[in-house]
Amino acid sequence: MPKSSTPSRLAVRKTYKLYVGGKFPRSESGRTYLVDGDNVALASRKDARDAVVAARAAQPKWAGATAYNRGQVLYRIAEMIEARRAEFKALGVSGAEVDATVDRWVWYAGWSDKIAQVAGNANPVAGPFFNISAPEPTGVVGVVAPPSLLGLVSVIAPAVVTGNTVVVVASNPQAAITLAEVLATSDVPGGVVNILTGSGAEIAPWLASHDDVNALDLSGIEDAGLATDLERAAAGTLKRVLRPVSGVDYTEDPGTGAMTALLEIKTVWHPKGF
Amino acid sequence: MFEYAPAPESRSIVSLAPSYGLFIDGEFGEAKDTFKTINPATEEVLTEVALAAPEDVDRAVAAARRAFQSWSARPGSERAKYLFRIARIIQERSRELAVLESLDNGKPIKESRDVDLPLVAAHFFYYAGWADKLKYAGFGPDPRPLGVAGQVIPWNFPLLMLAWKIAPALATGNTVVLKPAETTPLSALFFADVCRQADLPPGVVNIVTGAGDTGRYLVEHPDVNKVAFTGSTEVGRQIARSVAGTGKRLSLELGGKAANIVFDDAPIDQAVEGIVNGIFFNQGHVCCAGSRLLVQESIAEELLASLRRRMATLRLGDPLDKNTDIGAINSRAQLDKIVELSEIGSTEGAERWSPPCELPDRGFWFAPTIFTGVTQAHRIAREEIFGPVLSVLTFRTPAEAIEKANNTPYGLSAGIWSDKGSQILAVADKLRAGVIWANTFNKFDPTSPFGGYKESGYGREGGRHGLEAYLA
Repeated sequence: MPKSSTPSRLAVRKTYKLYVGGKFPRSESGRTYLVDGDNVALASRKDARDAVVAARAAQPKWAGATAYNRGQVLYRIAEMIEARRAEFKALGVSGAEVDATVDRWVWYAGWSDKIAQVAGNANPVAGPFFNISAPEPTGVVGVVAPPSLLGLVSVIAPAVVTGNTVVVVASNPQAAITLAEVLATSDVPGGVVNILTGSGAEIAPWLASHDDVNALDLSGIEDAGLATDLERAAAGTLKRVLRPVSGVDYTEDPGTGAMTALLEIKTVWHPKGF
Repeated sequence: MFEYAPAPESRSIVSLAPSYGLFIDGEFGEAKDTFKTINPATEEVLTEVALAAPEDVDRAVAAARRAFQSWSARPGSERAKYLFRIARIIQERSRELAVLESLDNGKPIKESRDVDLPLVAAHFFYYAGWADKLKYAGFGPDPRPLGVAGQVIPWNFPLLMLAWKIAPALATGNTVVLKPAETTPLSALFFADVCRQADLPPGVVNIVTGAGDTGRYLVEHPDVNKVAFTGSTEVGRQIARSVAGTGKRLSLELGGKAANIVFDDAPIDQAVEGIVNGIFFNQGHVCCAGSRLLVQESIAEELLASLRRRMATLRLGDPLDKNTDIGAINSRAQLDKIVELSEIGSTEGAERWSPPCELPDRGFWFAPTIFTGVTQAHRIAREEIFGPVLSVLTFRTPAEAIEKANNTPYGLSAGIWSDKGSQILAVADKLRAGVIWANTFNKFDPTSPFGGYKESGYGREGGRHGLEAYLA
């Protein structure tokens, strides 16, 4: 947290609030918690539900945008992060991690109009039919993010690039909300990414059991018992659950798994004949 | 038809130097000889460009060879970011480049602004994203670049064809020497400036302007590993012969004589729009133009009446006017060819029709034209005219339509108009062409592979498949 070093002028401090539906509300609970001397909004169950409503509302339009357009929007985010390099570094993120974070957005931006070409295909069915399988986003994804900035973008980008919208519980609140400011000043429609600061253990169960959440990414849950409980809760609506083996190295090539786990494959048949 | 007031796009956004050199190893340099490039709408000289001699091509290939080592060794993610930069700069300069393209080529600003330039930027954007994902593209776990690519492009979509060539080549780690067409060298030279703005390392992209000899010398250069050519089938054949036995990789995107098939259940108004777009888009200077209309006999009369009505509303004239539909023919030579083949059409017995259409006094112009009563033996049904000239044939059954559509040495594209999905797909299966448009025509997208069957060439540009032409 940058404090003013000029004695003659008092710095204006930032208030760290939630990011829901493209806006920065305080927690409806009125709660905050102290992080590095800052009061940060402590999200509640109600905030999580509001965020799901915002994510659901934004999802059809976001998924309906062309892949090219989503790619442009993601690339724009990379440009905006690059521009806030100093701010992230002041929050203790290393220069190398900012580099990797920008490059990660660029990597996923490029996937927007390619994932269907890698994860979909024409099927040579034994009959006079045109038959093609293509991926579609699964819908609203609840995400418990890992603590690093690189980890945070490595769980958000693969979900949203294909047209999902997300409700993210972030455990590095200042970096996460600074990222939210990046998103708010890019071209990402409000509600596509919603960021709640607070406790994964407190919020995640509400996301896991929420009927209007389609998938759950548990990358940030360290406690194996809790993760299993969440998987069990997610089974109620048969949510897709992404639970990486612990100790993911976010600096490595992320592969396509984080994207494909949050995709549905739709196959279309059509007869051929005169 | 009511009158439109003139709506000229300002050309002041383009600032042309009195002369342009060759772009080799990151620098613009002089050449011994030069030639002039003109605005085909006015025959006004726009500027002078260098005529590359063999030793200039040698220098360009040597620069590309030197650059290849470090360019191909760079991580894909770094190459990607150069290409993203190029895409962004093109987006920012797109109006300037669109006006430039219309000046040098003669195409309507509406097309250069709304079709060419957006596709150019999108193409770089698309292939930028592949640069760090090549192992996912389905060409093996560690696909490698080929080396130096010698690329020769045509005059009909100068900057777009450049994008189709350079974007996949660079994304895959190759370096390039590109020769733009003799009559449209300018947008490639402006692209060289875009490369400089993007801080692209010297030698990765080299632009040599010149005529046919320059292109021939480039594709026959022993230190070129890959040849990519878009142009006429005749030149394509010569290149294939010269490349034979050298081990060079070759991709060719050549001529076409596309059938646009209209069935009796097609929505007529939409089909007419598609026919007009198919043959009059870009003055018919389109290798995949729908130059043979195959219409089912039972609706031929109604459709042709509607087509004639629609053609009478096309506006021909100043390419920089935002309301212009049909611009100038790109060159005197091309105009002569169109005139000649059209005369042959009449001589061979087809019936010629054009709407009343005033042609400007200066420049190269040809009114939109259709020929009816065309048979498969007519030269205007067999040869690529590459102008705003449509040959109309009829058919009775789907089998006859397919037979006629395939009765050509070409196989680049085809169109099908019908309300019955199963019929569209069944006909598409039987057409020997690389791109089939159904109830639309002349659609292009960087994600969608483009290229021909038979004598329309080989290899694909665009899409995942477009990577293959540049990978070992």
